[in-house]
Formats: sequence, C-alpha cells, structure tokens
Amino acid sequence: MNLAKVVGQVVANQKIEGLVGAKFLLVDYLDEKNKQTGKRVVAVDTVRAGIGDTVSCVSSREAALALEPFFVPIDSAIIGIVDSINVSL
Amino acid sequence: MILCDVIGNVVMTEKSPKFIGEKIMMLKALDNQMKASGQLFLAIDRVQCGIGDRVLALREGSGVRQIIGREQGLAVDIAVKEPVPIKSMVVAMVDEVNVV
Repeated sequence: MNLAKVVGQVVANQKIEGLVGAKFLLVDYLDEKNKQTGKRVVAVDTVRAGIGDTVSCVSSREAALALEPFFVPIDSAIIGIVDSINVSL
Repeated sequence: MILCDVIGNVVMTEKSPKFIGEKIMMLKALDNQMKASGQLFLAIDRVQCGIGDRVLALREGSGVRQIIGREQGLAVDIAVKEPVPIKSMVVAMVDEVNVV
C-alpha cells in the first residue's frame, strides 16, 4: 500500500461493464517528506475521498478485493483517508 | 521478503472495514548498502514493531491473505481466497544481518 494525494478526478462514460459505478480519482504517490514522487495513477475510491485528501492506495489484485462485490477489473483502489502521520526522518 | 526500516506510522479513521484495528506502519526498503532508499510504502504490523526498527516485509498479497485468513481459523486453501485488500505486512523483526 502507498501514501498518495488526491489531485483530481476522471470521468469516463464509455467503459467495460465491471467499471460501471466506480468513482475514479487521480492520485499522486507521496514520499516520506510529503512530496509527490511523480508517479500518478487513476484509483477507484472506496472511502469517499475528495480532492486534496492524503489517502492510502493499494494496487494489483488486492485493489480488486477492496470493492463490494469484489473482483472488479481494477488495479488501484483507495482504501483509507489519512488523518495523521507520525514519521521520524 | 525485503529488509526495511520502519520510519513512521499512519492513522486513518475513514478506511476499508478490513483495516479496522490494524496498525499501519510506514516502511522504506533498504538497498544493498543497508541504507533506506526507494519508494515509501505502507504495511500492516504483526510483530509489534516501532519507529526505528529494522524489519522484514512480505509484499505478496496472496501470502498476506493467507496469514490473515489463518488468524481467523480458516484452512489455508480457503484463507487465500478471503477478500482482504492488503498486500504488505511486517512479518519479522530483524536482529542481525551478516553480509560478505
């Protein structure tokens, strides 16, 4: 799982059946100094995250398991909104 | 598994139900010179690690699901199919590393 910041949203009307109803958000992966690393993905939101939130993202098969019913065709999902970070640099 | 340093932890209130009660640690993988470099990632904790510890992280989702399912008392082949959206877990605390 990775820390990421929500930077935007994606609207897509023409899509495969398994993606109908999915909320797509653009997220930038973060490093431990809270800076964007340059890696940006489209992730499906499962926790009502909004633009500007710091979130936790999971990728590959486990992303597909985050939704109900599980096993939708996605490879990235937001599974938590971060309230606070405790870090020692 | 990979060698990592625990550099922090994360608190989340709004989260997927499978994460309730889990301690989520921030890990950085060690390179061949044993320095923490590379992408930061998050993992759930199973060994009561703390900030500053050196640990082993398992990053294979199927293995993590197997561990979590076994904790709930399921047989191994059923445990792996549990829909748990977690793919990294701290599985051991490192005491010593010897490298030539």
